[in-house]
Amino acid sequence: MSTSYDAIVVGGGLLGSAVGYGLARQGLRCTILDEGDVAYRAARGNFGLVWVQSKGIGKPIYADWTMGSAERYPEFSTELLDRTGIDTSYSAPGGIHICLNDEEYEDRVEKMSTLTSHQNGRFKHEMLDRKAMLERLPALGPEVVGGSYSPHDGHVSPLYLMRSMQRAFVDLGGEIKNDNRVLDIQKSGDGFSVRTANENFSTARIVLAAGLGNKALAPMVGLEQPVRPVKGQIIVTERQAPFLDMPTTHARQTGEGTIMIGDSHEDIGFDIRSTPQVMQTIANRARRSFPVLSKAKIVRTWGALRVMTPDGLPIYDQSETMPGAFTAACHSGVTLAATHAMVYAKYVADGQLGRELEGLSVRRFDV
Amino acid sequence: MFKRVINDAIADVVFDFEGAKITARSGESVAAALLADDLLSFRQTPVKDLARGPFCMMGVCFDCLMVIDGQPNRQACQVVATSGMKVARQHGAAELNIDQADPA
Repeated sequence: MSTSYDAIVVGGGLLGSAVGYGLARQGLRCTILDEGDVAYRAARGNFGLVWVQSKGIGKPIYADWTMGSAERYPEFSTELLDRTGIDTSYSAPGGIHICLNDEEYEDRVEKMSTLTSHQNGRFKHEMLDRKAMLERLPALGPEVVGGSYSPHDGHVSPLYLMRSMQRAFVDLGGEIKNDNRVLDIQKSGDGFSVRTANENFSTARIVLAAGLGNKALAPMVGLEQPVRPVKGQIIVTERQAPFLDMPTTHARQTGEGTIMIGDSHEDIGFDIRSTPQVMQTIANRARRSFPVLSKAKIVRTWGALRVMTPDGLPIYDQSETMPGAFTAACHSGVTLAATHAMVYAKYVADGQLGRELEGLSVRRFDV
Repeated sequence: MFKRVINDAIADVVFDFEGAKITARSGESVAAALLADDLLSFRQTPVKDLARGPFCMMGVCFDCLMVIDGQPNRQACQVVATSGMKVARQHGAAELNIDQADPA
């Protein structure tokens, strides 16, 4: 005896919740199977940037996909607010990348011009000198030489985003089943049978969106998922009166007033501890950017694992041997949430991935 | 509302709370002394501007935040009262004063 669904999403993180909500929005009877709190949960470490100006440099396909999601964000967050009453604190005042020396600045100029050349003018940005930077962010310190500004960038509360997507999903009849680590997936008639630690399910479609868990799950549907953990550590300060009008790559002020400091990258396996050395590094960069932060008290630090692919770009596939089974993996669960819910979920419902995703297949890693 | 369990010791510490003289026993936290003086509202929250007071008295709830000797957002339950201290309620979020920033 098993419960039957139109679609099962494996993974209840930002990616799985966005896809689940998107499928429920299409009218599919859908459940999200979540491993439970033993999962590594990349969503815990999300910084909350809806960020265009660093994504897909040299990879136009990813730059386009990211831009598409950023462009859908206003409609997406309004839709979630209307459905759930939860304000995700989304705002898009533009975003700034701060350069602390000439070398960083020159590197930035080159990166931004590469990104511009990908998109026929769709990507807008300005390189700002020190004076222009100070006009936008008066709290910048004396070491700042300049930076890049992009009007496409913004930020959102990852916690409220997650909650609103899950609430909207449940309100549309979706079910979230925790403590259901998927143990086995088998082809069964026109669909699949799924066995978890607690229950059996049958479904017409299945989307594997389990982050680092996808590595073990993908072979069950005839696919590969070469993902590895990249640790990020985050520092959060006490709430402060607003002083930072727009998010930056390394520091942003949340709607509640706390300042989040982050953007560390460590390739050290399944380790989520926060360490003094890395905290010192990211805190120092934040203090050099905004000296006033040396007055702010830190209230919490933590680490989490990003879901990283070999080239840093997302992976989307439908199984050739088991059509109806999809895999999705990315490290930008917040930025891409709007497109995952509003575009990708449609592809899954239709049983056909869009052509723009052909270059994001795992086949790109075949030699 | 709150009474000291032991009342034999001498309250020999005197500090200033928004212009009022508060007495405390040696070793008492600022929060304990103020609760004993019937103060319930220690701060106004930054987002909804609601009154809050000490809840846990052990440093985890962050609801007893006050301005102590000019420093905002101090946990009053974790600061031992000393004579001459200046204590005030924390109204909303702390201000990061850009002009007074330490050079990096």
